[in-house]
Amino acid sequence: MTDATQGTMMKRFPFNLRLGPELSKILIGVASVICGVLLWHIASLYTSPLFLPSPVSVGQTALEMASDGSLFLAIGASAWRIGAGWALGVILGVPLGLFMGRFAVVRLIVDPYIEFFRFIPPIAFVTLAVIWLGPGEITKIALIFYTTIFIVTLNTIAGVNAVNPLRLQAARSMGAGKLAEMTTVIFPSAVPFMLTGARIAMGNSFLTVVSAEIVSAQTGLGAMIWTARNFGRTDWVFVGIISLGILGYLFDRAFRLATQRWFKRFLF
Amino acid sequence: MAKGASIKLDHVGISFGDAHIVSNVNLDIRPGEFICLLGPSGCGKSTLLNAIAGFLPVAGTISVGADRVSKPGLDRGVVFQSAEVLFPWLTIRENVEYGLRLAGVPAKERREKADHFIGLVGLAHAADRFPKQLSGGMRQRAQIARVLINEPSVVLMDEPFGALDAQTREVLQGELDRIWRETGCTIVFVTHDIWEALLLADRVVVMTAGPSAGIKTIEKIDLPHPRDQGSAECLELFRRLRDDIGEEVKRALVQQGLKKEEPVT
Repeated sequence: MTDATQGTMMKRFPFNLRLGPELSKILIGVASVICGVLLWHIASLYTSPLFLPSPVSVGQTALEMASDGSLFLAIGASAWRIGAGWALGVILGVPLGLFMGRFAVVRLIVDPYIEFFRFIPPIAFVTLAVIWLGPGEITKIALIFYTTIFIVTLNTIAGVNAVNPLRLQAARSMGAGKLAEMTTVIFPSAVPFMLTGARIAMGNSFLTVVSAEIVSAQTGLGAMIWTARNFGRTDWVFVGIISLGILGYLFDRAFRLATQRWFKRFLF
Repeated sequence: MAKGASIKLDHVGISFGDAHIVSNVNLDIRPGEFICLLGPSGCGKSTLLNAIAGFLPVAGTISVGADRVSKPGLDRGVVFQSAEVLFPWLTIRENVEYGLRLAGVPAKERREKADHFIGLVGLAHAADRFPKQLSGGMRQRAQIARVLINEPSVVLMDEPFGALDAQTREVLQGELDRIWRETGCTIVFVTHDIWEALLLADRVVVMTAGPSAGIKTIEKIDLPHPRDQGSAECLELFRRLRDDIGEEVKRALVQQGLKKEEPVT
């Protein structure tokens, strides 16, 4: 957006608020959230707490769960599973994608499996994962790893295929061999694709962790949401959902900051 | 500085499958000579250049100096039309240092040499910028520096100024002329711009329309530098080259079905 259009937006701002464009954008967001919570509160006045607990009672529950530590244990358990599974998936998905994109043979070998498994959601593997890997942490991490590695691999392949062939020719004419082509041209060219894949995979990891924890876990936000059912505690469900939303937001923010910090020169 | 090498094309043919792009090209280029390949678009000038660069397999032989060309090599630098070939994740200095870094030259020496060649193309003030922060003309300067730092004996240029505005092009043509003199390398320069060829070349090689393109004529431009495009000799050469290429363009259009064959008079 140009300065001029921002200027006209500022003039149309209600109450003649003279704030910086950044601050006013944030304020609009905050106002929107406050309105949403108010609507929620009004709606809760006309229903039972089991159907829709009020924001105040959800807040109180959250405070209680925070003070006895159970909330942080649940968040920590989920965050750890997402972090570990996602990181493993990215670390292995990137080289796999590079090799598949670069070497037709590798691609031909791995392709049928990718094409088959990409349509099977991780939740379909929960039972198998428990049978094979037991009910422990490794099962949940493996499922998140599974969901991540597909997305990262496929995106990396797309990145390798999108490498400008003239850049490869240029590198070759300046003395690059196969290895140097990979490390100095293909990898950096594909970084934006890898980052996109990693970011999408982060979102899918959240979907997966909740499903996996609902089916086979005693800890974590998914387990917390599922246990609430047994005690008729709808407010726990709300605390779990809101925690997930905030956790996801923080993960995404952290990811974007890290990207800006360490990969800025690759985001052309 | 490496001196220019000779280039010898001996019965060179290039095909993609059944399509014969270039057939039976014979050409001897002297060390340090500036050759322009001129021809209608799509005739195979760039293909021939890519073959000399070693990007394509050929029938016949291409030799640079005493060596037969079989793959790309540091003795032949390539300047592409598109500045997209600069690595956008590297600064101009890092781009220029690329070849030396691959060769394992120590950082200090690399930097000194890079600064020298960045200065040679007039980019000293922009060494730490990224390609996308530069204008089209500056990017082409950077590309030239990135090639020259490897001290190639031959520089292959594929319409390097084709995408630039007329003023920038004129400036860079002048600079290229100066750089060619300073380095003494052999240059093969592809263009479809007759004036550009007249300004730069020792000899202009006019190619026939494809398929199976070959050499139509070779014009020697025996005029002192810097050349005056308004001089009688230049105008005479321009007319001759224009007529030569005009015939080929007509033939190309007929082949593409865009123009009816005219009766030969």
